[in-house]
Amino acid sequence: MLTQQEVTEINSELAHYEQKRGGCIEALKTVQRHRGWVSDESLADLADFLEMTTDELDSVATFYNLIFRKPVGRHVILVCDSVSCWAMGFGEVLGHLEERLGIKLGQTTADGRFTLLPNVCLGACDRAPALMIDGDLHGDLDEQKVDKILAGYE
Amino acid sequence: MDRPLTENIRPGEGPPGIAEYERAGGYRALRKVLGDADPQGLIRTVTDSHLRGRGGAGFPTGRKWSFVPRGEQAAHPVYLIINADEMEPGTFKDRLLLEENPHLLIEGIVIGGYALQADIAYIFLRQEYTLAGERCSRAVAEAYDRGYLGRNILGSGFSLELYLHSSAGRYICGEETALLNALEGRRAIPRAKPPFPPVTGLWGKPTIVNNVETICNVPQIAEHGADRFRALSRSVDGGTKLYGVSGRVKKPGLWELPMGASIREILEEHAGGMRDGFTLRAIIPGGASTEFLPADRLDVKMDFDSVKAAGSRLGTGTMIVLDDRTCPVGMILNLMRFFARESCGWCTPCREGLPWLARTLEAIENGEGRPEDMEILRRHAGLLAPGHTFCALAPGAVEPLQSGLTIFEEDFIRHIREKRCPWRK
Repeated sequence: MLTQQEVTEINSELAHYEQKRGGCIEALKTVQRHRGWVSDESLADLADFLEMTTDELDSVATFYNLIFRKPVGRHVILVCDSVSCWAMGFGEVLGHLEERLGIKLGQTTADGRFTLLPNVCLGACDRAPALMIDGDLHGDLDEQKVDKILAGYE
Repeated sequence: MDRPLTENIRPGEGPPGIAEYERAGGYRALRKVLGDADPQGLIRTVTDSHLRGRGGAGFPTGRKWSFVPRGEQAAHPVYLIINADEMEPGTFKDRLLLEENPHLLIEGIVIGGYALQADIAYIFLRQEYTLAGERCSRAVAEAYDRGYLGRNILGSGFSLELYLHSSAGRYICGEETALLNALEGRRAIPRAKPPFPPVTGLWGKPTIVNNVETICNVPQIAEHGADRFRALSRSVDGGTKLYGVSGRVKKPGLWELPMGASIREILEEHAGGMRDGFTLRAIIPGGASTEFLPADRLDVKMDFDSVKAAGSRLGTGTMIVLDDRTCPVGMILNLMRFFARESCGWCTPCREGLPWLARTLEAIENGEGRPEDMEILRRHAGLLAPGHTFCALAPGAVEPLQSGLTIFEEDFIRHIREKRCPWRK
């Protein structure tokens, strides 16, 4: 069941589109904002609400990499792996993250604190290498800086 | 030197609020337009200004606008969409305008909307641009409060709604017809053209898609005219350009310069040249999908025609530097992995061809390449050229590969002959 809060937020987005399904990406993101990810059950409820079939909505949900159809950690780390960051030390930053967190790209730590994902260019090429945690951008990274940043996300 | 796009930007102080923007002359162009210009005349002015699209393709903006059907029988609503899905690797220019000068963007949208007699506008913003999202939302609310958006703008009879759409990832959303599908709540797969969006776009209605930097140029053109805009430039294309440099230079960053500034000027004067201990080997002039230019081409002017004549594309105008301590094969592999991952999967040459190229490059980089791989790479670059695929993603992907195979041929061969990457310790 969608909560009243979710319904209110989704309805305010739907008003921006000529057809109801136009708001489905914003709707998926609303559910994810409240629940961390989009479960099969949420997807079915949302499809009903949007007058789409579950498969139609899932075909959209699974296309976009920032809609999570599996549970994620409390904090999601998006590591930029595009060309400028790659040239400026992405490999070292990723290696350090994987070692510190004990996980590989695509995985979540056992305590559910972090999920580590690769991301296309974050548009911070002048501050490469860069990553984003929960929408906060961090640039000019090195190993010490990464440690300090991680400590800020419990 | 005139910097119409960035003169109001004070780094670290946040964007000008609406009152500050107005004090600096903001929304004066909009008042002028609503007071006396006719929409068709405005489109002619933009055409005469020689403004070309800043998203990478360089299509003349006034001409694009002229394709929207006019008159009593014309279809409505007409949509104006701002492509703020900046995701081209190495590109970070629209971020600056979105974060630091959102009212310039909004003023451009309302003026452009008036020229097109549009009814609804969207800013299509990538999700990761969170600060831009906050600042644009606040600015849109301020503009509604002052009567610059909504019904009957400043009593002119013209109405325009503006909505912010926050996307959910995928590079392909930047392709204009894929973007339309994303806005309609579908998988972001490009559409067949024709019909072209100015006639049949969002929900089948006339739609113009313009890049952020493009539309930010519109207020000054409306206020000061086409001649003044052309005079800002050192080339046949009008205006200034946001140029950027990333990689091993002393001062990576962005600068607004006359269109047609040379690579050398941008790289040496503004980016401070290479860092100590690094030598320049080549640049990619305008994002991941543009051809490499070797280090002896620094006098090429960064405008659409000059870069094209030099064998590459201006693209987004934000260049990526390759230094001598970075492996060119590794760099091209990184680019190819990116394009393979971001292929939408709709057409076979792109979906199957790009991973094949990535695997071949990976083998060479890992010392497992064979001499015949060079020919495989060259042949596939041709097979993925324009005309063989549904959209421009795969042709863009092979631009750095094709040029790289020529410029760095020796490096490729060394990888294969020595069965290792010479740059790896």
